[in-house]
Amino acid sequence: MDELCTGLCKLMVESGADAGLAQFASLLVGVLLVSGVPLLTVIILIWVERKVAARIQDRIGPNRVGPLGLMQTFADLLKLLGKEDITPTSADRVLYNAAPLVSFASVVLIWVVVPFTPFHFGVDLEIGALYFVAIASLGTLAIMTAGWASNNKYALLGAFRVVALLVSYEVPLVFALLVPVMLAGSMSMLDIVNAQAGMWFVVLSPLAFAIFYISSQAETGRAPFDLIEAESELVAGFNIEYSGMKFGMFFAAEFLHVFTNGILMALLFFGGWMGPLYYESPLIAFAWLGLKGTIIYLTTLWLRNTVPRLRIDQIMAFNWKFLVPLSIANLILLSAALKIMQELGIAPRDMLSASFVDVLPTTVVMLLINLAMVAYLLGILRKRGREARREAGANQGMLARAASGAGD
Amino acid sequence: MELNAVTIGFFVFSILTLGGGIGVVTTRNLFQGTIWLMVSLFGVAGYFVLLSAPFLAAVQVLVYIGAIAILITFAVMLTRSVTRINERYIRTIPSFVASLALFLVLLFGITVPIFGDYPTEMAPTVVMTTRDLGVALVDGNGYVVPFLLASVLLTAAMIGAIFIARDEES
Amino acid sequence: MVPLWMYLAVAAALFCIGVFGVLSRRNAVAILMGVELMLNAVNINLVAFWRYSETGTPLLLSGYAFTAFVLIIAAAEAAVGLAIIITVYRNRRSVIPEEADTLKG
Repeated sequence: MDELCTGLCKLMVESGADAGLAQFASLLVGVLLVSGVPLLTVIILIWVERKVAARIQDRIGPNRVGPLGLMQTFADLLKLLGKEDITPTSADRVLYNAAPLVSFASVVLIWVVVPFTPFHFGVDLEIGALYFVAIASLGTLAIMTAGWASNNKYALLGAFRVVALLVSYEVPLVFALLVPVMLAGSMSMLDIVNAQAGMWFVVLSPLAFAIFYISSQAETGRAPFDLIEAESELVAGFNIEYSGMKFGMFFAAEFLHVFTNGILMALLFFGGWMGPLYYESPLIAFAWLGLKGTIIYLTTLWLRNTVPRLRIDQIMAFNWKFLVPLSIANLILLSAALKIMQELGIAPRDMLSASFVDVLPTTVVMLLINLAMVAYLLGILRKRGREARREAGANQGMLARAASGAGD
Repeated sequence: MELNAVTIGFFVFSILTLGGGIGVVTTRNLFQGTIWLMVSLFGVAGYFVLLSAPFLAAVQVLVYIGAIAILITFAVMLTRSVTRINERYIRTIPSFVASLALFLVLLFGITVPIFGDYPTEMAPTVVMTTRDLGVALVDGNGYVVPFLLASVLLTAAMIGAIFIARDEES
Repeated sequence: MVPLWMYLAVAAALFCIGVFGVLSRRNAVAILMGVELMLNAVNINLVAFWRYSETGTPLLLSGYAFTAFVLIIAAAEAAVGLAIIITVYRNRRSVIPEEADTLKG
C-alpha cells in the first residue's frame, strides 16, 4: 500500500494541495482500501456459504434474486436495515450498541497485518503474529459484553458458554501458531511467508496445521463447535436480543472471521502468495493467495455442513486432554529437533534465505517426527476405541440377557 | 511542543487512560467498571506504541483484554446476582484527600528537578527489537533467573488458582 | 516531542486514581481493579524511563524486561486473587474483605 500512498500523495501535492493534508488523505485512502477489501468480500462470502451449504445438503440455495441468486445478500441487507432496531428497556444502552461494533472491528483489524502480495500490505508489524492473537481476543470481550448488556439470562448463559470455549481453544491455537513463528524466526507476516520460499511449513509440520485448523474452527464457532448458536437445540445464545443490522454485524463478523482464518492459514502454512510465476506480477501473487485461502475456506464449509455438533463437555475434554498436550509436545519436539539440526549444520540458521535444497533435511526430519507422533496417537486412539467397543458390547450383552430374562 | 502525530497520540491516549481510570473508580456497576478498566489499559497499550515498545503493547492487549478482563467479568458474575452488581463506597472523602495529596507530592517531585534535569528528547535510535528481548530473557548475563522464576510463579499460580477455586463436592 | 515528565505525570495520576479505588471501594473485585491500575501506572514509568534513557547497547533492556515481568505478575495476581475472592464468596456469601475475619481473635 505504501507506494500507492506515496504516489497519490505526490500527485496531490503537484496539483497544489497542502503537503500535510495530502499525506493524511492518501493515508486515509490506504486505510479505506485495506478495510474495504474484507468488507466487500463478506458480501460474496455469505452467498458462497449459503450456496455451498445448500449443495452439500442436496438443495439449490438462493436462486431468486439476480443471476444464480447473487443479489440475495443485498436483499437480505435491505431486509435487515428495514427491521425494527430493538434495544431492550433494561439493557445497558451504550455497551449493548458497542458490542457488535467491537466484534466486527476485531475481525477487520486482523487484515491490517495481512500481506496481499510481496509489496501490498497494510503494515508489516514486527509482531504481526502476536498482533493477530491480541486483536482476536477483543472479540471474546465483545461477546461477553453483548451477553451481559442484553440483560437476558439466556444471553448471559450463552455468552458464558461461548467465552469458555473461545478462551480454551486460544491455547492450542497459539501453540500451533508458534511453530511457523519458530521456523521463520520472526513474527512478521511478511517474513513468515518469505521463509516458506524453500518449503511450505505445512510439509514441515502437518500436525501444527491440523491443530491450528481445528482451533480456528472452534474460534469462529463453527460446527462441530457451534455452541455459540446451536439454534436447533438452545435459545440462540449471546445475540438473542439483537435485531436488524446489529445482529447483522455479529453475523458478518462470523462469516468474515472464517474467511480471514482461511487466508491466515494460507499465509502461515501454505506459503501465502508463493506459487509459479508469483514474482512476475503482484496480481498473480494475489491470485495464488486468494486461491489457497479460498480452498481452505471451502474445506471449513464442508466440515461445518457434514460433522454433527459436540456436547460442551466433549468439546472441553477434547481441548484440554487432547489438543493442548499434543500442541505442547509438537512444539517441544520440533524446537529441539530444529536446534539440534542447526548445531549439526544440516538445518539453515536463517530460513529467509534458504533454498529448497537447504531445507530438505529439516523437512524430512520434521515430517518424520510429525508422522511418528500421528502414528503414536492413532495407536492410543485404537486402544481407546477397542476398550469403548468392548464396554459397549458388554453392556449390550447385559441388556440382551435382561430383555430375554424378562421375556421368559 | 509542536502538534504532530506523536503529541496527538499522547493526548488521545491520556484521555483514554485517565478517563478510563476515573470510570473504573467512579462507576457503581462492576461490569461497566471492568469495561472502563479495559479502556484505560488500552490507552496504556497506546503509550507503549508511542514509546516504541510494540511487543509490550500487543502483550498488554492480549493479557489484559484477552485474559484478565474475562477473569474479572467471571468473578463479578459469580459473586453477585446478575441484577444487583452495584457497589457502595466507604471513606470517600478521606480517600479522595489522601490520593490527591499523594498526586500533588508526586507531581511536585516530577516537575521540580530535584535529582537533575529530565531528558526531553527520546533516545535517538532504538536498536532494540523483539528478538533482542527474547535473547536477553534467556541470556546468562541477562534475565534468565527472573524469567525462570516468573515461569515457576505462573505455573504455581495456575495450579493454586485451580485448586482454591475448585468446588469441594465435585 | 513529548517530554518525559508528561509521561510521568500521567502515570502518577493513574497511580493515584488506583489508590483512590483501593481505599474507597468495599468490593474485593473493585479493589483488585484499583491494583491493576496502579501496576499499569508503574509500567508506563518503566517503559518511559527506558525509552528516554540512553539505550545504546541491545542488552540495556531493564525497563522493557521489567515491564514484561510486571505483566506476568499481574496475570498471576489476578488469577489467584479472583480464585480467593470466589472461594471466600462461596464460604461466607460476601466479597467484602473486612467481613472475612474468621481468624480474628
